[in-house]
Amino acid sequence: MMSTDSSRSEKKIIEAFDVRKSFGNLEVLKGVSMEVTEGKTMVIVGPSGSGKSTLIRCFNLLETINSGEILFEGRPISGTDKDAWKTRLEIGMVFQNFELFGHLTVLENIILAPTVVKGIEKAEATDKAMELLKKVRIPEKASSFPDELSGGQQQRVAIARSLAMEPKLMLYDEPTSALDPEMIKEVLDVIQQLSQESMTSVVVTHEMGFARKVADRIVFMDHGQIVENSTSEKFFDGEVSDRAKMFLEQILSH
Amino acid sequence: MDALTLTIDYIFSETFFHGAQMTLLLTIVSVFFGIVVGLIIAILQEMDNKYLNYIVVAYLWFFRGTPVLFQIIFVYNVLPSFGINLSSFASGVVALALNEGAYIAEIMRAGLQSVGKGQRTAATALAMKEWQIMRYVIVPQALRVIIPPIGNQFIGMLKLSALVSVVAVEELLLVANQAASSNFRYLEALMAAGVYYLFFTTVFMYIQGHIEFWAKGGRRRAQRDKELKVDVAIERTEVR
Repeated sequence: MMSTDSSRSEKKIIEAFDVRKSFGNLEVLKGVSMEVTEGKTMVIVGPSGSGKSTLIRCFNLLETINSGEILFEGRPISGTDKDAWKTRLEIGMVFQNFELFGHLTVLENIILAPTVVKGIEKAEATDKAMELLKKVRIPEKASSFPDELSGGQQQRVAIARSLAMEPKLMLYDEPTSALDPEMIKEVLDVIQQLSQESMTSVVVTHEMGFARKVADRIVFMDHGQIVENSTSEKFFDGEVSDRAKMFLEQILSH
Repeated sequence: MDALTLTIDYIFSETFFHGAQMTLLLTIVSVFFGIVVGLIIAILQEMDNKYLNYIVVAYLWFFRGTPVLFQIIFVYNVLPSFGINLSSFASGVVALALNEGAYIAEIMRAGLQSVGKGQRTAATALAMKEWQIMRYVIVPQALRVIIPPIGNQFIGMLKLSALVSVVAVEELLLVANQAASSNFRYLEALMAAGVYYLFFTTVFMYIQGHIEFWAKGGRRRAQRDKELKVDVAIERTEVR
């Protein structure tokens, strides 16, 4: 276990203070405060509509917040930021529906942003991409088009595409929700491997078994608020609020 | 002279050949400017400006709500009284292109909207800037949806261009009509014109088939599969 001294010196990648966000009249984040520690994996759970996805979309400025503040490595990123893309350079994101670019091959999908945004040479980007494809265990699919791959394979390519930008933080927005059951494991295995290699990660998911295995912290959200924010051990030992217990019972009951 | 010989004579005559050239030119120029107009309209529609939107709506309302023949005659006969004097060819092109633009704008909008919002979000998350997203993600995918129906517009325009005969542009139908009215041999003259029309539409359809194959990524995939086969063959020989 971590000693008190070293945990005090842990670097915060994300710090959110009293974040509020509304879509029209609907307030989806009602004052959320939390932090993401470098090298750690946080899993966010909660019923649909609880604001989990919206919260992580605020981290890479896909959503702008109405009030409060978000710091990335101690630097404020909230508000409408003209240099938003610079923050996004450091944050990778994986989506429920993969969102690979359909007109490009797997390899081209991975090297697009590194070559176009970062100006990396194509040959260098290609080498890197092949390495990443090995890491997500599908190097043989480099010249396939996305629609020739299974959902699980597509999601692993999407992970490789994000990693190609060498992010400091990976956000996973329900990465296995659109997958057939037999493909969920292959994706979660990759995320777990990255997490064990100390990639700072925030995962929104309903896979509690996975959460138990990889999470350092579990955040439970409901109605736009954080109800529970505790270590994985505490959470799964049942030291949680009644609301969280109810939710757990519901999703673990089948 | 029997019907067949006269028809063939017409087909290879200079007047018919020129008429056919004129028809082809009208088609290509009108669709080209139609695309330009359509692109402008599509962009104006995408911009959230109330006044620009009124202009677009009025434009679409007029050009979709009146016959093309009406528009051609209008441009040729009414615009001169406002000091705009256009040749019969230019009048034809202006009317056809403005009419075409209304339909092409719709095709372009459908194409842009066919690229899901998630694609834009994913590209944004990869730190791509707005123009990079357009250039590398949205437009290439939209073109695959836009280009095939534009092939249809070419075929449609080829047939529509015959209407321009009403303002005395020497295109195929006018040539055929003039030839027939001098000797009343309508069958032969119209057969000759019909052969040209069918020839052009056949060629257009053939080209369109190829473009659709491209749009589905077929050529790139075929190329890739060919290369893969070569790789496998090389590996096999190396094993031996």
